[in-house]
Amino acid sequence: MAEKPASTTASGPADGTATPPSASGGVTQATIVKKTAPKSDYKPSNVSPQRRVQRSYTVRLWSVRHSRFLEWFYARFADAFLALHPLWKAIGYGRVEGPVKFVEKRVKGFMFDCRMCGQCVLSSTGMSCPMNCPKQLRNGPCGGVRANGNCEVEPDMPCVWVKAWEGSRNMRHGDAILAVQKPVDQSLRETSAWLRVTALAAAEREKARTEAA
Amino acid sequence: MTSSRHIQPDENPAGIDLPLDPLPGHSSLGRLERVLKRGEFAVTAELNPPDSANPEDVYQRAAVFDGWVDGINAVDASGANCHMSSVGICALLTRMGYAPIMQIACRDKNRIAIQGDVLGASAMGVANILCLTGDGVQAGDQPGAKPVFDLDCMSLLETVRTMRDNGKFLSGRKLTTPPAVFLGAAVNPFAPPYDFRPMRLAKKIAAGAQFVQSQYCFDVAMFRTYMQRVRDLGLTEQCFVLAGVGPLASAKTARWIRSNVPGIHIPDAIIKRLEGAADQKTEGKRLCIDIINEVKEIPGVAGVHVMAYRQEEYVAEIVAESGVLKDRRPWKREARHDDQVVADRLDSILNDEITEQPADRVERAAN
Repeated sequence: MAEKPASTTASGPADGTATPPSASGGVTQATIVKKTAPKSDYKPSNVSPQRRVQRSYTVRLWSVRHSRFLEWFYARFADAFLALHPLWKAIGYGRVEGPVKFVEKRVKGFMFDCRMCGQCVLSSTGMSCPMNCPKQLRNGPCGGVRANGNCEVEPDMPCVWVKAWEGSRNMRHGDAILAVQKPVDQSLRETSAWLRVTALAAAEREKARTEAA
Repeated sequence: MTSSRHIQPDENPAGIDLPLDPLPGHSSLGRLERVLKRGEFAVTAELNPPDSANPEDVYQRAAVFDGWVDGINAVDASGANCHMSSVGICALLTRMGYAPIMQIACRDKNRIAIQGDVLGASAMGVANILCLTGDGVQAGDQPGAKPVFDLDCMSLLETVRTMRDNGKFLSGRKLTTPPAVFLGAAVNPFAPPYDFRPMRLAKKIAAGAQFVQSQYCFDVAMFRTYMQRVRDLGLTEQCFVLAGVGPLASAKTARWIRSNVPGIHIPDAIIKRLEGAADQKTEGKRLCIDIINEVKEIPGVAGVHVMAYRQEEYVAEIVAESGVLKDRRPWKREARHDDQVVADRLDSILNDEITEQPADRVERAAN
């Protein structure tokens, strides 16, 4: 008879036998929970509830340092993308979505650790992606930022919003960081922000043209 | 009731037991808003939520604040530890006539749940809502929980403001009675990026914050600098700032808080002062009173928020000894609009004999 496999969760099997003992005098329950969690040879480094820890933030921090250049570059890039609107429309936005998303995910993933929320606000957040914040704050830092400027949840990660503030100070339109952002529309996850912005801008341009005519 | 009774400034002239009439320009019927808008120094405190299903626990914990505070914060699983919910605490507090400040944290609920809770709370008579992002789940005793963070504190403020001022849910669907609430937020002037913090307050005000409570203030110099910048931005005219204060039980506790609770800044001088004292607990209380006396002199500070975690019994003493209330005596009881309905219902349950037959009821409903 094989032994029951050891539970991999902190709380143990559902029958309740492995519920951690209750805390008493001077020790918090959180400490006991941590102590009674099953130990194994495999100790993931910096485990967090978000499971998002990366060892290196080099590229992300480079992007923040070069926020002004990226702002300039993105403005050109967006114009080019918009100029190609007739092409996108001829092929069909639905058909180009696949390849564009493929490229967008990899490029922005490499540059900003993009999470593909589909509603990119990098220009308003100093080129520091707010979806990397464990609380996914889109309106500024929480009160838990450590004195060294690191995240309360991921102690080794520089706070996304501390960096966003630094990045925004270099940018021409950096004061966009002061605007209140709407809540994330979760139904747009894993969609292309580039195509959405382009299609919206094209519609806007079209409207302006018809009004002028 | 004797005729020599001191008439309170917030009292319905038609009778002390009646709910207050709405004032022009006020967004809630609560007394906290009235106290602040009259320019009086407000005092709020935090109720330690019980790990219990017994309402007595809440009543006892609230009783120590009776007549000393203008609002009681009902915390929403602070530090990501499970306790009685803030909605539950508010239901009990409003039932007993206390004026709660309901905290809503975005960690545990999505926008659908939150908007429902706001309506429920306002219907129960909650006049003040404090919008928070909430600590991360890693801080508590159930680090395996799923962090929600559907809204953040800013979009939460905007959501509740939309419900109140435009009478609509986020989706645009209309409310028949919008929630009349005084909206609050939290600020932490003691965490980086320091030069962004005052602007973040400006953002919160733009999103709807009418009052803010600060994180524990142990570094008065730092707070003074922050307030200077807040005044320079003209924010103290648009928002009431309540400074967060609290007694430290000992130097050991102070050290523990400093290294384990995110966002609380305690300077070395404070710990040294506690260590040097013979009775650290009394010194902690003394220190809290000293800080209150310093912050109340800072222009733009409209009140204090006393967070005496597990030392709630000291709140009355701290408030009395610091003399911030002057001669004011905060109200013990805030009447609700449905008090009379509840009383009538109770009366009918106790006294009315039920003679009605099902057929009578059908007939009554049909007409």
